[in-house]
Amino acid sequence: MVMRSEAVPLTSRADFVRGLEGFPLLPVAILVGIGLVAMFAGVLAPHDPEVGSLALRFRPPAWQAGGSIDHLLGTDHLGRDVLSRLIFGARVSMVVGITAVMVAGAIGTGLGIVSGYLGGWVDQVIMRITDTWLALPALTFAIFLTAIVGPSEMNIVIILGAVYWTRYARVIRGEVLSLKQREFVRLAIVAGCSKVTIMRRHILPNVLNSAIVLGTLMLGVVIVTEASLSFLGVGVPPPKPAWGLMLADGKKGLMVGYWWLTVLPGSCIMLMVLSANLLGDWLRVKLDPQLRQL
Amino acid sequence: MTRYITRRIAYSFLSLFLLSLTIFLFVRVTGDPTTLLVEPGASQADVDAMRERFGLDRPIWVQYASFVQSLVQGDFGQSFYYRTPVLELYLSRLPNSLLLALAAMAFSLLIGVPSGILAAVRVGRFWDRAGKVFSLLGLSLPSFWVGLVLILFFSVYLEWLPSSGSGSVWHLLMPAFALGWYFAAAHMRLTRSSMLEVLGSDYIKLARLKGLPESLVIAKHAFKNALIPVLTLAGINLVIMINVAVVVETVFAWPGIGRLLYEGITFRDFPVVQAVVLLGGGMIVIVNLLIDILYAVIDPRIRLEA
Repeated sequence: MVMRSEAVPLTSRADFVRGLEGFPLLPVAILVGIGLVAMFAGVLAPHDPEVGSLALRFRPPAWQAGGSIDHLLGTDHLGRDVLSRLIFGARVSMVVGITAVMVAGAIGTGLGIVSGYLGGWVDQVIMRITDTWLALPALTFAIFLTAIVGPSEMNIVIILGAVYWTRYARVIRGEVLSLKQREFVRLAIVAGCSKVTIMRRHILPNVLNSAIVLGTLMLGVVIVTEASLSFLGVGVPPPKPAWGLMLADGKKGLMVGYWWLTVLPGSCIMLMVLSANLLGDWLRVKLDPQLRQL
Repeated sequence: MTRYITRRIAYSFLSLFLLSLTIFLFVRVTGDPTTLLVEPGASQADVDAMRERFGLDRPIWVQYASFVQSLVQGDFGQSFYYRTPVLELYLSRLPNSLLLALAAMAFSLLIGVPSGILAAVRVGRFWDRAGKVFSLLGLSLPSFWVGLVLILFFSVYLEWLPSSGSGSVWHLLMPAFALGWYFAAAHMRLTRSSMLEVLGSDYIKLARLKGLPESLVIAKHAFKNALIPVLTLAGINLVIMINVAVVVETVFAWPGIGRLLYEGITFRDFPVVQAVVLLGGGMIVIVNLLIDILYAVIDPRIRLEA
């Protein structure tokens, strides 16, 4: 594999431009856009996302016959405004997705560093647990956990973190095993640094790149899982507007052709996940040559 | 080789042990397990009887031992909703899940393998790029949304296919597509990278030097060898398909294990949920073991390493 110049610190303007080669502008714009919509949902949404009027149920989008400009993207089975629900749904997806990725990343990176650096029986124990948890089908495992602790936004975050930390632990441990042999770590040992200090000050900063790449790639997986859980009725509890929940509700109008109730929330999930994957893919190639084969 | 296989089997037993321990502890640690294991709305006498039966006053390791003992005997408890042993329910749904998974696998290989080969042969050019976009789309579209859009198109607008249920080939088409879609992308990626690796090897160069036509080199020499890792992945994915089909089966009301799991959640039928997780994890551990053994038999490098 040819090493490209990204590994060298970027100095001049030309280098900076080259570093951005192939930058996924559109995906990042979409992610930032969804983030802004999530942040300013209260200002942007034309209606209350959780309250509707039954008299106005199943209104089609404005451009179809029977639609009105008041409900631009139509209304659902309870007469709630679809556009407002999509806007507030962005908040749920963003908050749950990003916090769950961070929880999983924190657990997985921490255990991966400890496992790789300490080695021995600690490594054996952590890796056997990782293997076992990896064998559990992720969605089924998440459903099992929600059946125990009950669904709420907070619980979903913890559950997703508990299900997905293993992916980080594996990769990070592998990186630590090679970092451990490097001279700066050996020097730190000679200099009398404690194990904790070495792991925190010398190992952690060097695996953060990989953790960030993995996190971006995991974001898509986590959002789809959250949507699946909500779709099955064990995710974000109603009447909160989550995209997966909207899809489950949209199923009720599907057979009579109320397409906007399924196509629109689904497109939002797809756009967000696709953008996260494209960004993750680019970051992987740019930041971390070791992860290219993933 | 015997040593290698023995060690692999020992590891798998360890995994199964940890698996059961994990599930056991999650149920016990998060509160009073009787609230999960006793039917909703049961009387106090029933709760006490359940406490007695599970011996919740005994030390936790004794409880765990009896939990494992009943698992080994195939006793996964009684379904609250169906009033039959959970294992029986599970086994009655398994053929349906297997049928769906096989159809989805056939579909994912039919799409994934040829497009992966095409991408590898035309690396960096149009078809490779098109394939990359396709695989990213495959990995990004949630399967339940694919399912809903399929229903909207083929059942509601065109009225070609039935939207739910089972019984005929027509019922199978849409769920198999929705489930196989994601895996088609994964199989394409692996076929591509595996083909690229083989195409760079010495024996392919030799085949070309001999003056064989390129189509023969690709079809006969490269394809056969590149297929091995893809088929391995397909073997694991078949088991995974059985276990992740819950959303697709819910969308299409397909009576498989996923549907059983969904009913388990909606009816608060905890023994069913627990059994599906345990059996799913167990299945994956065992398939991984079988594949490792198979590889050791085929490939001497692996067994000598041990």
